[in-house]
Amino acid sequence: MQKLRSQNGLMGWLMVSPLAVVLLIFLVLPIIMIAVVSFWRATEFSIIPAFELENYTFLFSSPVTYTVFLNTFKYALLTWMFTCVIGFTVAYYLAFHIRTLTWQVALFLLCTIPFWTSNIIRMISWIPFLGRNGIANSTLISWGVIDEPLDWLLFSDFSVVLAFVHLYTLFMVVPIFNTMMRIDKSLIEAARDGGANGAQILWNVIIPLTKPGIMIGTIFVVTLVMGDFFTVRIMSGSQSANVGRLISNDIALLQYPSASATAIVLLLTVLLVIGILLRFVDIRKEL
Amino acid sequence: MEPRPRSFYVLTAFFALFLLFLYGPTLTIAVLSFQGPGGGLTFPMRGVSLYWFHDLFEQQAVGDIWGSFRRSLVLGMMVMVTTVVVSVMGGLAFRKKFPGANILFYLIITSLVIPSILISLGVGLMFSQAGIAVHWATSGFGSQLTWTLPFGLLIMFAVFNRFDKSYEEAARDQGATSWQTLRHVVLPIIAPSLIGVALFGFTLSYDEFARTLLTSGSKNTLPLEIYGMTTNVTSPVLYALGTLTTVFSLLIIGIFLCVALWTTRRKAKAGSDAGKGML
Repeated sequence: MQKLRSQNGLMGWLMVSPLAVVLLIFLVLPIIMIAVVSFWRATEFSIIPAFELENYTFLFSSPVTYTVFLNTFKYALLTWMFTCVIGFTVAYYLAFHIRTLTWQVALFLLCTIPFWTSNIIRMISWIPFLGRNGIANSTLISWGVIDEPLDWLLFSDFSVVLAFVHLYTLFMVVPIFNTMMRIDKSLIEAARDGGANGAQILWNVIIPLTKPGIMIGTIFVVTLVMGDFFTVRIMSGSQSANVGRLISNDIALLQYPSASATAIVLLLTVLLVIGILLRFVDIRKEL
Repeated sequence: MEPRPRSFYVLTAFFALFLLFLYGPTLTIAVLSFQGPGGGLTFPMRGVSLYWFHDLFEQQAVGDIWGSFRRSLVLGMMVMVTTVVVSVMGGLAFRKKFPGANILFYLIITSLVIPSILISLGVGLMFSQAGIAVHWATSGFGSQLTWTLPFGLLIMFAVFNRFDKSYEEAARDQGATSWQTLRHVVLPIIAPSLIGVALFGFTLSYDEFARTLLTSGSKNTLPLEIYGMTTNVTSPVLYALGTLTTVFSLLIIGIFLCVALWTTRRKAKAGSDAGKGML
C-alpha cells in the first residue's frame, strides 16, 4: 500500500512536471528576479547589482505613489460595483428566466464571444462613440438634452471605468451563472410555498447561495483592474495614472530597479486583497 | 407553461441593452472602417469605400502587419497545443493526491491573478541578465503560457469534478490497462471540453500583449503592432485592421464552436441505448 501510494505520487509528479517547469521558469523565477532587482541601483544606461533600499524609500516618500495607489483602488472599486450589479443581473436572467438549456447555452455564448476577441480593439471602439464629435454627443445634441458637447465622455475617469466594465463584466457573469445553475430549484419552490415574495427569494435564497460565484468574479475583476496598465493609458488619454502605468513608465525610461520596487509593492497589495477574498470562498469546491 | 412574470420583460430589455453595450462599439468601428478616403475617425461617413483596407496591404503605410499576423498565428498554435496537452496532464494528475499539489494549485491561482506587467518585466529582466535575447517563440511563448495554462487547468478541474468514475471502473473490470482506459474511455468523454481549452489557448494567445510586451523581442506580434498603432495612427486604417482581426477571431471561434457541437452530437449518437427498450 505504501509502495502504491509513492508510485501514485511519482506518476502524479511526472504528469504535472511540464506545468511545474513552465510555472517555475516563467512565474516563480521572474518574481524572484523582480524582487532582487528592486534592491539594485540604476544609472542612466544600465542597472547595477546592489543592496539598497533607495527604490523603496523613494517610492514611499513620493506623494505621487499614494495618489496613484488611491486611483488604482478607486478604479477597482467602481469597476467592481458596476460589473457586479450588471453581471449578477445578466446571470440571473440566464439562469432563472430562460427555460431551455439550448437557449441558455446560446445566449451565454453570445455574452462570452467578445472575450475571445482583442481587448485593444474593443477599447479603441469606444473612441468614435465618446469623442467630442462622437455618436453619444451628437445624439444628445440632436435630442436637445445638451447644447455643448460633453468633454468628460472621453479621456476621463468615466471612459476608463466604462472600458473596464465593458472588458471585464464577463468575468462576473461566468462564475455567477455557474453557481446559479447549481442552485437546487426546489429550494426556491420551498421558499415560495413558505410565502416568500420574489424580492425575498432573491435576497434570502438566491444571493446567499450565489456568494461563492460573486467572490470568484470579484477576484478576477479586482486583480485585472489593479494590474492593468494600458486601459488607463488609452482611455484616459494619458491624463490619469494607476500603478501599472507608473511601472510601465519606469520601464520605458529603463529604470528597472524602481519599476521592480513598485511592481513588488503592487504584487503584495494584490495578493493581500486576494488573501482576504479567499477567506470567503473555497475555489476548488466551486469549480 | 406558466405565463411569464413582468420581471421577465424588464430583464429581457436589460439583457438586450447589455448585448448592445458589448457589441455596439465593435459594430461602430466595423462600419467606420468603410469610410471614404477623406473620412476621419468618427461619423459622419464621407462616402463608402475599401480605401482603408487597401491601405493595410501597402507595407509602408503601417508597420509590418502581415509579418506580425503570421507570428501571432504561429504563436497561437504553439500556445494552443501546449495548453491542451499540459492542462490534460495536469488535470489528470490533480485527480490523485501527490506531494506538493496544494502549492502547485496556489501557483496556478497566482499565475492567473498576477498583474501581467510583472510577468513581462520579470521575464524580460531574467533573460537580459542571463544574456539571452528575448524572442516571441521562447520568452514570449512561455510568458503567454502563464496566462493560458491557468484557464486550461481550471476548465480541466471543472470537467474532472463532474466526471463519473464508474466508467473507468467498468473499463478496468473488463481488463483494460490504465493507458487503454485513458485512450478509449476518458479522452473521448472529455473531448468536447478539450476543444474549449484549445479555444481559450488560441484566442488568449492571439490577443495577448501585456505579457508579451517586453518578452517578444524585436519582432512584434499583431496585438503589439496594434498597441503601437493606437498612439501614432489617427486614420481609419486602425479600424480596418481592427475589423479584420475581429472577423478573423470570430471565424476561429465559429470553427471551434462547430467542432464542439459536432463532437457532442457524435458522442450522443454513439452513446448507449440502455433503457430505451427493445422495440
